Amino acid sequence: MSITLPALDVHGFRQDFPILSQKVHGKPFVFLDSGASAQKPKQVIEAMRFVMEEQYANVHRGLHYMSEKASDAYENVRDKVAELLNAASREEIVFTRNATESINLVAYSWGRTVLKPGDAVAVSEMEHHANLVPWQMLRDAHGTELRIIKITDSGELNWNSLEDVFADGKVKLLALTHMSNVLGSYTPVERLAKFAHEHGAKILLDGAQAIVHRAVDVQAIDADFYVFSGHKLYGPTGVGVLYAKAEILGAMPPFMGGGDMIASVSYEKSVWAKPPHRFEAGTPAIIETIGLGAAIDYVRAIGFDAIAAHEQYLTEHALATLSRIEGLRILGSAQDRGGVISFVMKDAHAHDIATLLDRQGIAVRAGHHCAEPLMGRLGVSSTARATFGLYTLPEEIDALATGLERVRKIFA
Amino acid sequence: MSEALYQSIVLDRSRHPHHAGRPAVFDVEGKSENRMCGDMVSVFLSGADVRHEADGCAILVASAELMCEAATGKTDGEIAILSDRFEHLVKTGQENPELGDLNALAGIAQYPSRLRCATLPWSALRDAIAKGGSAGDTANG
Repeated sequence: MSITLPALDVHGFRQDFPILSQKVHGKPFVFLDSGASAQKPKQVIEAMRFVMEEQYANVHRGLHYMSEKASDAYENVRDKVAELLNAASREEIVFTRNATESINLVAYSWGRTVLKPGDAVAVSEMEHHANLVPWQMLRDAHGTELRIIKITDSGELNWNSLEDVFADGKVKLLALTHMSNVLGSYTPVERLAKFAHEHGAKILLDGAQAIVHRAVDVQAIDADFYVFSGHKLYGPTGVGVLYAKAEILGAMPPFMGGGDMIASVSYEKSVWAKPPHRFEAGTPAIIETIGLGAAIDYVRAIGFDAIAAHEQYLTEHALATLSRIEGLRILGSAQDRGGVISFVMKDAHAHDIATLLDRQGIAVRAGHHCAEPLMGRLGVSSTARATFGLYTLPEEIDALATGLERVRKIFA
Repeated sequence: MSEALYQSIVLDRSRHPHHAGRPAVFDVEGKSENRMCGDMVSVFLSGADVRHEADGCAILVASAELMCEAATGKTDGEIAILSDRFEHLVKTGQENPELGDLNALAGIAQYPSRLRCATLPWSALRDAIAKGGSAGDTANG
């Protein structure tokens, strides 16, 4: 099916994002860096203002009106996240600081108890550092092995390499991105979960990019762990999510000790609270979590079918438009790809591209995108990257193309 | 105006460097890198000759070029003064007649995130001098 028109009233939605009406260096602000962090709609800003002005106290503690209101609002977001991911229960949702902390929690708590020295964790060549470094740390501290699954030149998982990595039966965890933050490739998560389970391994999915672009159903995928950050999903910074199956979470020891994560404490012994509170030591990001709830309401009201169709349209438009620029090379050509497009240009370094675009009001990211090993695999030291959100207009991609033509002429 | 930083001298030097390449023989190699972006630069001192090997953006390569030119034949003391003046130039954007062609990089002051690109070669040069190298063929320190 080919989509010829944006499926969303994008101009209408843009009114919800106050920052988009800013000018940058005297030019309209063209924000193509949502993949790093998305802008916030006024519904999120308003929800956070409301809780601070009218409903704020610490949660789970005070036997008073304000604490109960704040606790209800905070816990209500757990239900929203459970619905967003189609989790079997709200107790499977743990609030963290971000996707990075969620992965570190799993590596530290589950990794050090369930995994034994000699067991292996497998990741791919296209992981963000957040899904690589925690497993290196686990390897060095605990004696597990870290294995790398190759990708193809088009930016898809190399299935032969996956089978090789699993061949000796030592891999007990497959930890993979659901969508590459560099190449935009989606991984076939249902098939991968089935493969991991057939080989006696669990699967962890880094959904930091994917959660923004398509509906995620952890039960349909049969994911054991799924993580994402609130700030890429139009919510505030400081709150992220770890989903894990109830039986897995129930057997995991705490990540951090402190208040809120205990059932009882004496000098001799403390008894841990049940999940999810076992993993939420200390006062959580109350205001930010409530902001995330508003962000989830916002995207669900629009609907992921419409969001996905819009971004598919933008991606196709961008691939077609950018590929017409002389000397520009787009990295990755996965069949299933979304609104994350990395590119390099002949004679122009990514940082020069980003600086020159910035002067035209266009924000893109340049660098290694926290994926240094992938840069090595692709044979580049850095790339420029344009990423799209639900507020991105096709005209903004045209502005990018015009800007890149100008860059090309400067360096020609 | 908006693209002032990329004036002809910067572009020209980044595309046609005169001082680039690892010499077959040299006294000292100084290095500096920016892990944030992957830019790397080496500076080689041999006699009065200063050369660089820069892997990065146009600003980095142009800055390395202009630095090599300015530092050749200078004593360590003179290079220290030059380095301080250059740092002041790129932080404030105020041109300094003493700096000659290095003034072409004054525009970097408008791009704080790119400051390191301009100063990285100078870190490598200071590293080379700290390792005992000298750009002046007569005086060493």
